[in-house]
Amino acid sequence: MKYFARRLGFYILTLWAAITINFFIPRMIPGNPVDSLIAQRRGEIDSNAIKSLDILFGLDKHQSLLSQYWSYLGQLAHGDLGISFQNFPEPVTSVLGSALPWTLGLIGTTTILAFLIGTLLGVFAGWKRGTWVDGLLPVTTFLSSIPYFWLGLISVTLFTGVDSWLPSSGGYDPGLVPGWDFGFIGNALRHSILPAATIIISSVGGWLLAMRNMMVTVSAEDYITVAHAKGLSDRRVMTKYAARNALLPSVSGFGMALGLVVGGTFLVEYVFSYPGVGLQLLNAISGHDYPLIQGVFLTVTVAVLAANFLADLAYMALDPRTRKEG
Amino acid sequence: MSSENVMSAQKSASQQSPDSTTSATSKTGQGNPVLEIRGLSVDYGVGPQAVRAVNDVHLTLNRGEVLGLAGESGSGKSTLAYGATRLLPPPGVVTGGSVLYHPDDGDPVDLLRMTPGELRAFRWSQLSIVFQGAMNSLNPVTTVAAQLTDVIAEHRPKTSKADRMARAAELLALVGIARDRLDSYPHQLSGGMRQRVMIAMALALEPRVVIMDEPTTALDVVMQRQIMRQLAKLKEQLGFSVIFITHDLSLLVEFSDRIAIMYGGRIVEQAPAVELYDNSLHPYSDGLLHSFPALRGPRRELTGIPGSPPDLRDMPVGCAFQPRCPKAFDPCGGSPPPLVRPASDPGRSVACYLHPSA
Ligand SMILES: Nc1ncnc2c1ncn2[C@@H]1O[C@H](COP(=O)(O)OP(=O)(O)OP(=O)(O)O)[C@@H](O)[C@H]1O
Ligand SMILES: [Mg+2]
Repeated sequence: MKYFARRLGFYILTLWAAITINFFIPRMIPGNPVDSLIAQRRGEIDSNAIKSLDILFGLDKHQSLLSQYWSYLGQLAHGDLGISFQNFPEPVTSVLGSALPWTLGLIGTTTILAFLIGTLLGVFAGWKRGTWVDGLLPVTTFLSSIPYFWLGLISVTLFTGVDSWLPSSGGYDPGLVPGWDFGFIGNALRHSILPAATIIISSVGGWLLAMRNMMVTVSAEDYITVAHAKGLSDRRVMTKYAARNALLPSVSGFGMALGLVVGGTFLVEYVFSYPGVGLQLLNAISGHDYPLIQGVFLTVTVAVLAANFLADLAYMALDPRTRKEG
Repeated sequence: MSSENVMSAQKSASQQSPDSTTSATSKTGQGNPVLEIRGLSVDYGVGPQAVRAVNDVHLTLNRGEVLGLAGESGSGKSTLAYGATRLLPPPGVVTGGSVLYHPDDGDPVDLLRMTPGELRAFRWSQLSIVFQGAMNSLNPVTTVAAQLTDVIAEHRPKTSKADRMARAAELLALVGIARDRLDSYPHQLSGGMRQRVMIAMALALEPRVVIMDEPTTALDVVMQRQIMRQLAKLKEQLGFSVIFITHDLSLLVEFSDRIAIMYGGRIVEQAPAVELYDNSLHPYSDGLLHSFPALRGPRRELTGIPGSPPDLRDMPVGCAFQPRCPKAFDPCGGSPPPLVRPASDPGRSVACYLHPSA
């Protein structure tokens, strides 16, 4: 429990640090860039929104830094991240809110799938080391070494086209209205096949190799020999003794990968024009949409921290030694 | 080593037939073998790089007996145990011999020729092992109870979960560990406790044979004796046979019925414990006896053995011990001396030209 409390404390501290940095950065840029944009649009933005942007970006120079900081924290607590310039007058939170489900749905699901498939295959590859299975390893190494961008473009060229069933871009057909009906979900799934496949192909090899190597390492441990000597079934030794121990390092890696789901997906979303957070960020950067950029960064930070926290919890559940003091 | 050498070694062994079943003079189970290792050879690696770590070893364990196996580090004791039980990690390969197990009723079976299914059923229920690295022998991520009960569940699937837990608690009590340790994880136990848990685990299915590979080496002397005494008591209660491996000869003299000495992958001497202690025939046994302080009996001078154990990749011609032997003479440089019953005392066997067979 002490371990848990310490980790939780660490994450809260990190979150606070990230938020504080987010507060200071715009204030350190000379001649605030948002200023001019607001000035251009002064007539269109209502006064409440301007106040909120003032607080976020420190345009309100009359207040002391400390009171600026307090109003900033208060605003964040209400979930107010300002207004997106590009999507004017939509608030940043609602832009993010409509992009997040796509990112989480596609990248989140495929990250989890790739981890599960790769780890499972890795367990077998490690257990059957020294057999014909080893011959397949160069293939996975090759697949995981292809640059993603290239893999995405190749798959678009090969599998999409006027007469292809697979769409080359977007999250759904332009005419459709997003909703929870079969027609739309089916359409969205069809759009996700190609990006999902490319993500899985490019990341499954890494998990596989990591798990295989850990299995090989663990297989040499004394307790594995003991398990064999006990006459336990091969399957039981593989799962309860070898894989159970070999999994531990992968769990930390998985936490890391989950954290990057929100932030590390520009390439996928760019190649497939997929309407997720990554694409929003790319658009925001090219359009100098500072409130949106800030919002994305904050979201990414929170996602990374949350995922690592989850990984910590999983690790704690899987490894009794961490539950110990120290 | 060439195959020719192996052949000649095997031939000489079968000619001389140092059959220990008749040579055992211990009160228990004389001439009543439970495990017979015949001509076992183990290599590490294959092809020209292979080294022979166990060379044509004959060894018989009688019912109810504690057979001590001693020798310097690297003499092949663990390799012999692993090879005989088919637990050799690669690149180890058994290159010849057989390992006969004599069940209480029925015909002997050869471990080395069992199918995987037969082997699984045989393991732990008939023969269990306490491994040298008892410190790392427990799975770090599951509880002591889980590791004690899974082997019972595997071999006796009809037992109920409650029965298995009760048995696990009973086993811990047997080695003097409180039952509330059932829910502990290995890292929460002291080294001595882990070792005792492993001993308890080895007894879970009441096997007929227990092989113990230096089960007490990592412990202090007091704990060592305590565990050994516990073990001797358990053996009397449960009536299993033990092969006890160690390099600590004084421990063996105290606790075993018969002792076999290993050097360079071969058995060089085999005798009842007391006789070996009082009157060792092989110069190497003599050296070993003078390498450890005896806890009981008259003090002896500690001299140790000069030189270092042989390099398996470059074994001396003839007797492997000859370069370090204070009594080496002409014949020692010829061919390795066979293990024979010496004329002076046919109740034991020795591989030394100083003690030719009758
Ligand atoms: N994997 C391996 N590859 C090559 N040689 C090995 C391997 N494992 C063991 N050996 C060699 O086999 C010989 C016997 O080793 P073994 O572990 O059986 O000795 P031991 O008598 O049990 O020693 P100890 O008292 O240190 O446990 C040693 O010379 C060792 O160098
Ligand atoms: Mg050993």
